[in-house]
Amino acid sequence: MVLSKTSSESDVSVHSTFASRYVRTSLPRFKMPEESIPKEAAYQIINDELMLDGNPRLNLASFVTTWMEPECDKLIMASINKNYVDMDEYPVTTELQNRCVNMIAHLFNAPLEENEAAVGVGTVGSSEAIMLAGLAFKRKWQNKRKQEGKPFDKPNIVTGANVQVCWEKFARYFEVELKEVKLNEGYYVMDPKKAVDLVDENTICVAAILGSTLNGEFEDVKTLNDLLVEKNKETGWDTPIHVDAASGGFIAPFIYPELVWDFRLPLVKSINVSGHKYGLVYAGIGWAVWRSKEDLPEELIFHINYLGADQPTFTLNFSKGSSQVIAQYYQLIRLGYEGYKNVMENCRDNMIVLKEGLEKMGRFNIVSKDDGVPLVAFTLKDHTNFDEFQISDLLRRFGWIVPAYSMPPDAQHITVLRVVIREDFSRTLAERLVADVEKVLHELDTLAARIRLISSTSNVTISEEVVKNNGQVVATKKSALETQREITAVWKKFVLERKKLNDKMNGVC
Amino acid sequence: MVISSTVTHPDEQRQSITCTFASRYMRDPVPKFKLPESSIPKDAAYQIINDELMLDGKPRLNLASFVTTWMEPECDKLIMDSLNKNYVDMDEYPVTTELQNRCVNIIAHLFHAPIGEEETAVGVGTVGSSEAIMLAGLAFKRKWQTKRKAEGKPYDKPNIVTGANVQVCWEKFARYFEVELKEVKLTEDYYVMDPLKAVEMVDENTICVAAILGSTLTGEFEDVKLLNELLTIKNKETGWDTPIHVDAASGGFVAPFLYPDLEWDFRLPWVKSINVSGHKYGLVYPGIGWVVWRNKDDLPDDLVFHINYLGSDQPTFTLNFSKGSSQIIAQYYQFIRLGFEGYKNVMENCLENTRVLKEGIEKTGRFKIVSKDIGVPLVAFSLKDSSQHTVFEIADHLRKYGWIVPAYTMPADAQHIAVLRVVIREDFSCSLAERLVSDIVKVVNHLDTLPSALSSKSAHVAVIASETSKEVKKDITETQAEIARYWKKLVDGKRVGAC
Repeated sequence: MVLSKTSSESDVSVHSTFASRYVRTSLPRFKMPEESIPKEAAYQIINDELMLDGNPRLNLASFVTTWMEPECDKLIMASINKNYVDMDEYPVTTELQNRCVNMIAHLFNAPLEENEAAVGVGTVGSSEAIMLAGLAFKRKWQNKRKQEGKPFDKPNIVTGANVQVCWEKFARYFEVELKEVKLNEGYYVMDPKKAVDLVDENTICVAAILGSTLNGEFEDVKTLNDLLVEKNKETGWDTPIHVDAASGGFIAPFIYPELVWDFRLPLVKSINVSGHKYGLVYAGIGWAVWRSKEDLPEELIFHINYLGADQPTFTLNFSKGSSQVIAQYYQLIRLGYEGYKNVMENCRDNMIVLKEGLEKMGRFNIVSKDDGVPLVAFTLKDHTNFDEFQISDLLRRFGWIVPAYSMPPDAQHITVLRVVIREDFSRTLAERLVADVEKVLHELDTLAARIRLISSTSNVTISEEVVKNNGQVVATKKSALETQREITAVWKKFVLERKKLNDKMNGVC
Repeated sequence: MVISSTVTHPDEQRQSITCTFASRYMRDPVPKFKLPESSIPKDAAYQIINDELMLDGKPRLNLASFVTTWMEPECDKLIMDSLNKNYVDMDEYPVTTELQNRCVNIIAHLFHAPIGEEETAVGVGTVGSSEAIMLAGLAFKRKWQTKRKAEGKPYDKPNIVTGANVQVCWEKFARYFEVELKEVKLTEDYYVMDPLKAVEMVDENTICVAAILGSTLTGEFEDVKLLNELLTIKNKETGWDTPIHVDAASGGFVAPFLYPDLEWDFRLPWVKSINVSGHKYGLVYPGIGWVVWRNKDDLPDDLVFHINYLGSDQPTFTLNFSKGSSQIIAQYYQFIRLGFEGYKNVMENCLENTRVLKEGIEKTGRFKIVSKDIGVPLVAFSLKDSSQHTVFEIADHLRKYGWIVPAYTMPADAQHIAVLRVVIREDFSCSLAERLVSDIVKVVNHLDTLPSALSSKSAHVAVIASETSKEVKKDITETQAEIARYWKKLVDGKRVGAC
């Protein structure tokens, strides 16, 4: 509690916030201001600036949850001042994390006995979870190689080129080589056969994605497992699999329970899932689960003394809020299996509505599959007059944030628009989006037509002007073709600029 | 929005009418290990969790933690409103991203980073000092590796020099990123890193020397200025250019306001990066830390990922990707709400309350104060006489009054010293300090009446030995040694976890 200073400007609180002196002077940006300001002014200043942020619920780019029930909001606010890592002081919160880990491990069919505790941890997101899983594989592989007396300085990991950027981060920060299976047009996930071909003695694991970021597809983990079992039998390398189920982990068990992708496959040693995607919790929670204790090398675990009992921990972050862990537990007991199933089926239905609405316009190719993460990825059939980036830009005017991305190699020439269907994207919103996409297309068509019209008329004007000036050649005579070329060049440059910047982008997320 | 399922069972309609505590869901055991089959009403879910959480400790009485436990209601409102914003969506939330950048610049200027008027600072918001330290360490490791490769020398055995009083996240960094940790051991009455010994340990494989501003155990500030001077001399001789990182997790938001003349930051030329916890004396709820580099050259470009942001390049360097935006907004709120004068007021107030607590504890005559006056506002104290009872028992008994006061043993080579530590946060008022003192006095008096746990155990053993016909006769010294070993094991077991 700040000691209340005797205020010399005693009339500050009397003035209405918007007339107070603090909102008139410019806000400090790079240096800490010298003086304090009243809390209402501070609140108002920040609140007003934040009005210019996008509306989270209209952000169709993100998988991350943007709505939770008010009861859960209450629990979140009540626990916002609890430092999760104080296990001694908040034993119930720690217990809730353990319960979540066990529930998720069972959901993924981890081979656990009745009273056996699952091996897993809550993280800040799938990035941390993947780094922990990768670290475990790296250490296990190193130990094995040391024992065999072989070199262990060049570990690598085999993934598809469609991996999310956190795998590249893991590779770069933890000094592991990333061997990517290239995509091709029409096949936007990792080909299990090619992946297994890339496996060598330095491979610490093969990472399969359940719910590819770009088009929501589930990779065929079962085939990967079968092929890898054969290869392992020949080579004796025992290369394991990690499933990055960041999006798909909370979808597949509910609407595709027969799909075998999890610990039911013997080579799958660890799985990560984002609690803040289809786990239906706000941003800031992920989960990493291991098959068994053997898959998590003991030397990576730190032992913290917890009320006289040993509490092993394995995380990158230390202090963090407890709210999301509690919120995850809330969702798990509030919804239960039936509740999650209802939500996922609803998302899928809305996805079909959106997909069919877009298909009906006849201007788009649908790139995403029906089975997978509920999202719709679509490309334009005809790129002559405008491209997906322009559609994305114009949709922003209506308030929608729909991202446009180009595919990674070797399909970089394909650009897609992607709409993610979250729990709070209702059917009416889907229909409204379809209507707005139609409006945008109409506007772009008109714009293209107008450009053609202008170029043909301006050509006539120029040649007239030149003639008028007593035959003196004032300006170079542009033929219709040249003007058209000029205009195309402008658009092409614009598109290529966007593409160039986009290629630099590692940020498909 | 969950599709409300059509009620299949007639008695389920009673759910909303029956009061929560009598509803059937409160009678069934709470699901713990497997996902329950069916849904339950939201108020039941809320009540179940709320009731269990009542048994957690009270955050504001948690005197073990540096991490903020109270913020103004206006800030709570801002936090609630931004709970559903995924911070990493820079394209979609440009203002939130801008607020982060502003915070980085404010902190860099606070630490006297040598940046020009129009130049932007190099830094990033993280989930806490752990992530910040890992990023800083990674930058040092990569820079050192590049340098060694260019010199054609081996680069497979990097090490980092710190004091044995480092927080556990340095050990994590060392273990996970395969860097050797060379620790300068402590000695009784000297509980921080000795700059002389540290510089001696520096070799050609040292990627950096890490100094702590605000040691976890005693709150002391390490002498970064002396370290810088000694290192300058050594670097001139060896040409290794070993840099310094300052772990200012606690002290970074204390020193600039209370001790502005203390030179510990970028004013010292060898300090290349600093981390600070926004959620400690930055006065924000848990989940925010900051790391700042001196300038662009100290952050190798190949570690930075470039994300396309509204057509312009937004470079990022973090371990975490998706996370909430609330704490960043809260940090900015604190900066503009308090300003320099506000932070100074808060810190001075904390220091004053520290003095009140320290004097109260000293007056009991039973304790020795281990923490210094200059440093992070906390009071660390040990028992003058530990033969009858230990600080661990005091900590246990204090819990009865609601206080959570941790007891720790010092790391090597001072493991025989055990201390109690009370952290003074913004919301620990003078009256609470006085109340704590009186409760400590009560506990000490109560313990005086109890037989010592040590002597009672030896009596127990003696009784059994005499009763059994079997000859396992242990003489007094053996028994005493056994008891000492038992306590030592308990004490050692508590070692990790000072945080």
